[in-house]
Amino acid sequence: MIDRIRDIVPEERIFLDLSERYSYSYDASFGEYLPDIVIQPSNSIEIAQLVKMANKYLIPVYPRGAATSLSGGPLPVEGGMVLDLSQLNKKHIIDRENLLAIVSPGVITAEVHKSAEEVGLFYPPDPSSSHVSTIGGNLLENSSGPKGLKYGTTKEYVIGLEVVTPTGEIIRTGGSTVKNVTGYDLTRLIVGSEGTLGIVTEVILRLIPKPKARKTLLASFDNLVDSGRAITRILSSGILPGAMELMDNACIRAVENYQPSGLPLDAQALVIIEVDGHPSAIEEEIKQCEELCYQEKATNVKVAQTEEERAEIWKARKMVSPAITQMGPTKISEDATVPRSKIPEMMERLKQIREKYQLNLVVFGHAGDGNLHPNIITDKRNIEEMKRVEDAVSEIFEAAVSLGGTLSGEHGIGTLKAPYMELELGKEGLLMMKKIKEAWDPNNILNPGKIFPKPGQTKVVLRA
Amino acid sequence: MTTCPPKHELRLQDPYAEKLRDLSYDAANQCVQCGYCLPACPTYESMGKESASPRGRINLVKMAAEGKIDIQKDLAKPIDLCLGCRACEVACPVDVPYAKIYEAAKEVIAEKQEEARVQEERIKKSSNFQSKLRDTILKNVFPHKGRLRLIGNVTWLYQQAGVNKLVRKTKAINQISEPMAQFEKVLPRLEFPGKRNKWGSTIPAKGEKKARVAFFAGCIMDAMMYQINRQTVELLCLVGCEVIIPNQQNCCGALHAHQGLTNQARTLAQANIEAFEQSGADYYINNAGGCGAMLCEYDKLFENDEQWYARAKDFVSKSRDITEILVQYGPLPFQKEYHGIITYQDSCHLRNVQKVSDEPRLLLQSVPGATFIEMKGSDRCCASGGIYNILHFNESMNILDEKMKHVKETKATTIVTTNPGCLLQMKLGVERQGSSSDIRSLHLVEVLAEACGIR
Ligand SMILES: Cc1cc2nc3c(=O)[nH]c(=O)nc-3n(C[C@H](O)[C@H](O)[C@H](O)COP(=O)(O)OP(=O)(O)OC[C@H]3O[C@@H](n4cnc5c(N)ncnc54)[C@H](O)[C@@H]3O)c2cc1C
Ligand code: SF4
Ligand code: SF4
Repeated sequence: MIDRIRDIVPEERIFLDLSERYSYSYDASFGEYLPDIVIQPSNSIEIAQLVKMANKYLIPVYPRGAATSLSGGPLPVEGGMVLDLSQLNKKHIIDRENLLAIVSPGVITAEVHKSAEEVGLFYPPDPSSSHVSTIGGNLLENSSGPKGLKYGTTKEYVIGLEVVTPTGEIIRTGGSTVKNVTGYDLTRLIVGSEGTLGIVTEVILRLIPKPKARKTLLASFDNLVDSGRAITRILSSGILPGAMELMDNACIRAVENYQPSGLPLDAQALVIIEVDGHPSAIEEEIKQCEELCYQEKATNVKVAQTEEERAEIWKARKMVSPAITQMGPTKISEDATVPRSKIPEMMERLKQIREKYQLNLVVFGHAGDGNLHPNIITDKRNIEEMKRVEDAVSEIFEAAVSLGGTLSGEHGIGTLKAPYMELELGKEGLLMMKKIKEAWDPNNILNPGKIFPKPGQTKVVLRA
Repeated sequence: MTTCPPKHELRLQDPYAEKLRDLSYDAANQCVQCGYCLPACPTYESMGKESASPRGRINLVKMAAEGKIDIQKDLAKPIDLCLGCRACEVACPVDVPYAKIYEAAKEVIAEKQEEARVQEERIKKSSNFQSKLRDTILKNVFPHKGRLRLIGNVTWLYQQAGVNKLVRKTKAINQISEPMAQFEKVLPRLEFPGKRNKWGSTIPAKGEKKARVAFFAGCIMDAMMYQINRQTVELLCLVGCEVIIPNQQNCCGALHAHQGLTNQARTLAQANIEAFEQSGADYYINNAGGCGAMLCEYDKLFENDEQWYARAKDFVSKSRDITEILVQYGPLPFQKEYHGIITYQDSCHLRNVQKVSDEPRLLLQSVPGATFIEMKGSDRCCASGGIYNILHFNESMNILDEKMKHVKETKATTIVTTNPGCLLQMKLGVERQGSSSDIRSLHLVEVLAEACGIR
């Protein structure tokens, strides 16, 4: 069979050595699964042939981008073949007239940001991993970041795809027009499908004009619930900020500990608000945001006057992730999301969970769109504590779903959240998804072991 | 699912894996596999596979420490292909100590290879060519300053170290002759020995004395680029430093540490610490990024030796790159206009380990008449990597040729670096492009000296 593969892909892009295979056994989440072979295909025709062969011999196929997934998306849980698509990165065209980017899936997200900006355009989805992650990975996880509040997630910007189906056919979905109502919207079905319905080999992205200016403020609160109220007040006042980020006291302390940035250690919450658009309009808006914060009992509001001050504010936010990692060797990063109006309530529930399970649970995130990041800092070698972590994680998901929210706002389901799918979707909802998967992938060869829970599985197991 | 078992549960057969685990497992486990280091890694960029990335290498060390892969068969090659440029450390958001993991792996691999070599020799088989070449160069040449001061160029090194015989014997002549032929072309012309400063001498400051500094000559610098050392001393005097060149100084040990010969590195470090302590200087100055990085991490060699640790710490706190001192005590009394466009290639170890990147640029920008233009990727390794470019010629040249394209974009007429290895590599790059008549490759000190009218 290896010989057959050699007929399709040249030798130097086929990896069989143990060291090479172990190098594709992980992602940024949990677990280690050794694939049998790793291949770096260079075009859709090679991929189609490989997938056809995989169907014939029933070999699991695992597409992989930069493996920054936090949910286990690219892990080869059943062995088989990993397709490393990070090197499929040659095409990168910016079509200025039609405001489009046409790119290979392995292109790094930040490269798209850069090339769009060079011609005065803007590709908004901004996961914090964007200088590492691939566009393909972003698409399949439907990633987003702070800008999601105003500009939406990756799916709002994908208008056309070239896809190798799980049976090895090459199809095109959508096209180069923003409007397109011809038949089912397969583009949207593929986006966010976590590599279970097709391998994306080319992407057409929609770009928008770059906002002319932006203004940023940092508000401190003595009470988490007040900060939640300020956020809701601003959003219902007719202002749509470009970003609204929240950090709780534990995060503030962690950041100050890691790299002193002059944050107020006694504040219970910090909120960063950024408005963007026409210079005169945002001048007005940022003033209004400032007033509303004070009305909701903010203890201090600082509006950045220079680009350096703005960078300073964002630096504190960017520091959160590395800072909290210093608090313990294992970080369980969740991204349960609730409707905006439920943010204060969700914060309260998280506080209860932290106390009930006696865990180091910190909260930060994209408060404006209800996408919170509760993070539990622990040590995976502490079996007893990991058991409590598992219970707490289950309870976080239950809280989010019961408040009308969702398991995952950004990071996807993968292996880690599969056990909770039924909780959110119900039996019938999940079954419908399964039927779609079976119709596309009758042999279940593409990314098997993901999204759908194993029979009887209702809880995540994080222990070895 | 399989996750790594707790440390105490691992029962390993291989004592080397055991040692690797002791030296590096906790550090390797700090890696959260976020991949933030991938875009910073030159070998990942040029080879495009995970095993050539920092995240991949750290994981493989972990796998080897867990006994899942073999140290020699599986781990040695990916580790060997690392440049040791340490750009990944700077990129890492959680401060994973990559150098510690890397050097632990190097050390264990070297020990295991040595054992295998001894065994193989017994059964009269020739062993791995690259490791032999490496050992010959390191063991026989670098620790002997006397020998190095005598030699003129790498070819000499190649012959005297017995490398050429080794090469013929192992039929690796084709593998090495191309690199050697190319290196020959770019080797510096030697200065008449009479012009050299004597070791042990003290050179007075010009004008008001602001500080007493001890100069670390560095073995490659001293043997092959002696003129740069002399100019360094003169520049130091010009900004008001009294310079002493301690007599008992030795090779810094960097090449040994990077090749996993930690004990030898330790012995060399002790000799240097002793020599510089005796100088009574305020600062210890070096002009080679690679040596400087080693000097400023001497404390790490003695983490289990309280007494030497304290002495090493003191040494480290006084260690400075020449550019730091020139900025601190400057400005330099420039005398002449310098013509053309200058671009700067960071020395990885100066930038990523000593964290010095502004000073060289400030100095170059202050040179009268010159235009400084930053090239794309100036902060990325040039792939000289100690003796990486000799051991892994093709891999190195792929990275170098890419860099030369960025040099070309700046239209520079001078490329400046701050490390002898990088300097040779730049010369090689220019030569390979066929532009050696249009572009000069110089050490920063040479440019400053020229503009100050020092010959
Ligand atoms: C430190 C850190 C911060 C992060 N921050 C954010 C954030 O702010 N927002 C956010 O949304 N996410 C975030 N993530 C998660 C992660 O970066 C995203 O999910 C990202 O989109 C994954 O991209 P990737 O290229 O690494 O894909 P991978 O992780 O390699 O793969 C992701 C999924 O896509 C599939 N896949 C990849 N390429 C293809 C293709 N061409 N065709 C078909 N299937 C494919 C894989 O099978 C897998 O299921 C973060 C991760 C880390 C480590
Ligand atoms: S950046 Fe640091 S933590 Fe992330 S993968 Fe690289 S070494 Fe590991
Ligand atoms: S030291 Fe340099 S070459 Fe080695 S892994 Fe780090 S970035 Fe890559």
